[in-house]
This record gives sequence, C-alpha cells and structure tokens, in this order.
Amino acid sequence: MSRTLAQKVWDAHVVSQTAGEPDLLYIDLHLLHEVTSPQAFDGLRLAGRSVRRPDLTIATEDHNTPTDNLLTISDPVSRTQIETLRKNCAEFGVRLHPLGDPVQGVVHVMGPQQGLTQPGMTIVCGDSHTSTHGAFGALAFGIGTSEVEHVLATQTLPQGTPKQMAVTVTGELPSGVTAKDLILALITKVGTGGGRGYVVEYRGPAIEKLSMEGRMTVSNMSIEWGAKAGLIAPDETTFAWLKGRPFAPQGAQWDEAVAYWRTLKTDDDAVFDAEVVIDASTLTPFVTWGTNPGQGAPLSASVPDPESFATEADRAAARRAVEYMGLTPGTALKDVAVDVVFLGSCTNGRLEDLRAAAEVLRGRKVASGVRMLVVPGSAQVRAEAEEEGLNEVFTAAGAEWRFAGCSMCLGMNPDTLKPGERSASTSNRNFEGRQGKGGRTHLVSPAVAAATAVTGRLSAPADLV
Amino acid sequence: MEKFTTHVGTAVPLRRSNVDTDQIIPAVYLKRVTRTGFEDGLFAAWREDASFVLNNPAYAGATILVAGEDFGTGSSREHAVWALNDYGFRVVISPRFGDIFRGNSLKQGLLTVELSQEAVETLWDAIEKNPGAPVEVNLQAREVRSGEHVWPFAMDDFSRWRLLEGLDDIGLTLRHAEAITAFEATRPSFAVLVS
Ligand code: SF4
Repeated sequence: MSRTLAQKVWDAHVVSQTAGEPDLLYIDLHLLHEVTSPQAFDGLRLAGRSVRRPDLTIATEDHNTPTDNLLTISDPVSRTQIETLRKNCAEFGVRLHPLGDPVQGVVHVMGPQQGLTQPGMTIVCGDSHTSTHGAFGALAFGIGTSEVEHVLATQTLPQGTPKQMAVTVTGELPSGVTAKDLILALITKVGTGGGRGYVVEYRGPAIEKLSMEGRMTVSNMSIEWGAKAGLIAPDETTFAWLKGRPFAPQGAQWDEAVAYWRTLKTDDDAVFDAEVVIDASTLTPFVTWGTNPGQGAPLSASVPDPESFATEADRAAARRAVEYMGLTPGTALKDVAVDVVFLGSCTNGRLEDLRAAAEVLRGRKVASGVRMLVVPGSAQVRAEAEEEGLNEVFTAAGAEWRFAGCSMCLGMNPDTLKPGERSASTSNRNFEGRQGKGGRTHLVSPAVAAATAVTGRLSAPADLV
Repeated sequence: MEKFTTHVGTAVPLRRSNVDTDQIIPAVYLKRVTRTGFEDGLFAAWREDASFVLNNPAYAGATILVAGEDFGTGSSREHAVWALNDYGFRVVISPRFGDIFRGNSLKQGLLTVELSQEAVETLWDAIEKNPGAPVEVNLQAREVRSGEHVWPFAMDDFSRWRLLEGLDDIGLTLRHAEAITAFEATRPSFAVLVS
C-alpha cells in the first residue's frame, strides 16, 4: 500500500499493535533538559525503575542557563533545577552536556549539530519544539513529563494514529524572504489550531531549495499551528549536512544508512487527509502583531482592525491582543518602535541565522535606545560564529554577544523584557508575557530583526539606505 | 492516577480562545522540581486583575473550566495540568485542545472534553446566569449535562478505559516488555547510540 513519509517512519517503529489500543512506538532518541525532567526522574525513583536505554538518552542544560557568564546561576530556584538535572543524570547514567561544555546548547540545536538527529528516526523530548528534528525526515514530537517518565522507563510510547497533511510550497521564495517568513505566513493562513491532529509533511520546490537551517526553522514552528510533527523528506541537502558529524554513521554504515534514507519519501500515489498549498513567490517579509503566532501580517501592512475578522472568537482575540500589545489598528507595522531585539532560540539561533543578521548589521549601528541581544543556539554555534568574526560585527554594531541558551525566548533566566517593553524576536512565541511579564513580542526573521535593530522600528533590510 | 467516572460540580466560564500553556502557568513557576503545589501559578498573570473570572467569588469552588477554542496550545509543560489539578479543577471543556496538553491531562486524570463552540456558548450563558448551577460530566456515558441540555462528547475507548480504571500507563506498556526486547534486536546497525 502506498504510504507517506511519516507512515513509513511510523511503521518501522511499531513494537506492538493491539486492536482498540494505540500503537506502541519505539523511540530512537530521547532528549532531556532541566525543566520537564525532574518530576519524571522522581517518578522512576518512586517506582524503583531505571532508565531502560541510557545509550539512547541525552541531556543538556538550556532553559535556565545564564547567557552573560558560564558560572553563576544567580536565581537559586534555577540553580536547584540545573543541579537536580546533574544529579539525576549522574544517578541514572545519562549523558549530560552541562553549562560550559562545548556541546551545550538549546536541545533542538544541539541534537542536529551533533548528528544525533537522522532521517527515519523517532525522536521525543519534553519540549514542544521537538518538531524541529522533523526537518531531517525524522518523526519528532514534544511530550509531557509523564511521557518523559514513560520513555525513560520503557523506551517506547503508546500513540494513537495521527492524520496526514501535506503542506505543498510551490514556486520560489523571492530574495530577502526567508524560511521564517514562510512559516509565519503559513500559520496566519491556517490558524493556530489548523494542524491539530495531523502529522504534516512540508514539500514542494520551495522546501527542497531550503538549507537544513531553513528547514529546521519551518519544522520547528509546526507546533505553533497545532501539528503533532512536521517532516521534510531527506535528500542530498540532508545527507551532505549530516556527513562527518560526530554521531553520523561512518564508512560502510554510512552507505547503508543513506541507502535506507533514500527510501524515506512519500509514495507518489499516497493519500493525505488534507493539503494546504502556498505559493512561495507571493510571500514578503512577515511579522506578528498579536499574541499568538497566527496573528501575523506582511511587514508592509498595518495593524488590523479587530472588527474585520470573520468570527466573534477571532474578533475578541484580536481586540484583546491589540490592547495587550499597545497597538492602534491602522498603524503601519513599520511605524512600530521596539525597545529590544532578540536574535536566537531553537527557531533562529543557528549559524546561518547569525550570518544573515550580521550581513545586515555589518558597518551599521543598533539604533540608540534599542538593546540587541545575540544569543547563539549552542556553544558550538557560538564558537563557529567567532571563528568567522560574526561576534565582532555584532559588538561593533552595539549588540550584546552572549553565551548559548534559550534566554529571552521564554525568559526563565535573567534575560527578560520589562513590563510594557516591546521586542522584535526571532523566537517562536509571542504569547502574553512569554518574554517577561507584560512584555510585548513581535516574531520576525533574523534579517528583519537586524534591520529593526538599526532603525528602531519594525523594518526589512530593503528599508535600510 | 485517580479514577474518573462521573463528576458533578459548578463551572466557571473562561471566555477566551487560544489560552496557551504560558497563560495557564507562566515560565517562572516551571523552575520547581516538585510535582505538587502549582495552584499559585494557575493563570498567575491574569489573576492579578481583580475582574478576572477566577477572582469572582460567585465561582469559588468551581471544578469545571469552560474555555474557548484552542485551549492548552503551545508549550508542552505538564505543569499546566498540575496547576489546574492543584487548583481543584477536574474537567476542562473547550471546542478544541492543544495536542500535548490533552495527552498530558488524560494522563493526570484531568478530563478534557471537546464540545462544539455552540455548546460552549450555551454553557457560558447558563453558568453566567446561574453560577451555582451544577454541571454533570459523565465519562461512562460520554455526556455533559447542564439544566435541560445533554451534549454527548467523543473520547476514544482506550483513553476512556484508562481513566475509568485509573490505570498507570507505564504498567500497561510493561505488558509488552518482551515485544520491546524483541524489537530492539531488529534495530539497524547504524542506529545512533549516544554513549
Ligand atoms: S529556545 Fe525557546 S522554544 Fe526553543 S527550546 Fe528554548 S525555550 Fe523552548
């Protein structure tokens, strides 16, 4: 029978199938971080269980870590959480990349860069942006802490069969339009619940042309429109990116792996339950104006009138969002002034993202009164960026060059917005208070973030003279 | 997990859609390493506003939360479910839930019930008019009752059975321990090992 890519990966991981029960899936890789794991380890301890496969489990510290130094975690509660992870990993024999380690970083940046993320795998993490790893043709999804405990104990998860959706991106992205603009435009089109119940496959010429970094940006935000996972079929771009990375197969095993990976594509006559088509050539830089990732608009547009939405639920949500964001309907988005620019996160904290922003900032200055934070997604991204001298471009422009971590993506460490402050952020969530209580977030691409830093208002590089 | 069969309680109307888990419990409350005591974090930012519905004494002691579409989107934090449970909620009703939130809730015995937008609006009106009116959520029969209204809801048989029996997922999976071991023997030689 014809199958989609996701179905092929699924079928290859079914441990047991019982009528009337969810399939039991084997999990190839379990990623851990400090926030969603302590209660899971506690559960194991209480039940006298061990970690079934420490050799398929890896942890890093990212959410609470400071980015202004590598040694002092000033908040005692954050410190306890990090120390708890260290104790748990030591007790249960789990490999950990702690603060200061050259591999440490945001879990979804670390996994791929180490070559741990490979086509055809099942990958889970107690973190909704686990969808990122789908960019390699892996079935990767976020889970809750009870499920973390379940995977630690059994290396499996019971899963009900999802529906299949294709997102076909035709045409070509115009120059200056990035993967981030594409995914923001898609989410505005389909809404935050549009993918609920689906595993999604992104495909089509515009997706095939994306770099691995761009593909990760797209897959990363699958969860923002409710999809369970977001896969992209592996191809030569994928193989070239993976080859030679620390955990990539080597020698004969590499050839064997690639031969298998080449089979991981949707059969021509496979049927999806739903399809969304987007013409990439119509897209322009895209930003959000509201408090969920589906409240977005082209940067060239204005803050919408809440009364213009079709349903009362959408009108109510828009009214609330505009008020929270301190915006007036009809204001040109390009007239919206920001206080802070945040470049980083598992969406846009990779080397390519830093390069794109540095290119815009080279020879320019961050506007006075604007604070720009550059937080590499991992210690390795930081080291690679420094090798290229990107850090100097950022500091010369007046931006702050930080250590790796989640940082202002969610503000669990001291990097937060103050009440009423407004940011342009390359992260993935513009929820109320996400970057600090009372903070206001506009989601943007790295290039738009950099241009915004220069003008102090939401801007694209094309707006700079 | 505590068993869930039928629950009768009063309900509180949360007339908002897209209630993400960052709103249900903000990140600062996620630093704790314990599994209980999260009630103070529930809707922490919104509760500072005196006019927020949970601050209305008419709804004190409510155990059923009735929310708009796309409740529990965003972050996977199970803390959102713990906070609702710790605060005293046993049921959340919404036209649509975030996937991970729904999975988490059913693992913790917090029943998430999907009713149509129309049913939710009818419920909102009813409980605003009469905050003390009992709402019955019957998992056995898969229906919600309020006044003269009866709404059936969908819940797959397996999840329903687990909830009715209060079964532990890990225990259920370990019935398949041999199949897991057998599967492991078939994994490809190039499969990643991290240590
Ligand atoms: S960078 Fe942001 S979205 Fe990504 S894992 Fe960290 S907190 Fe979550």
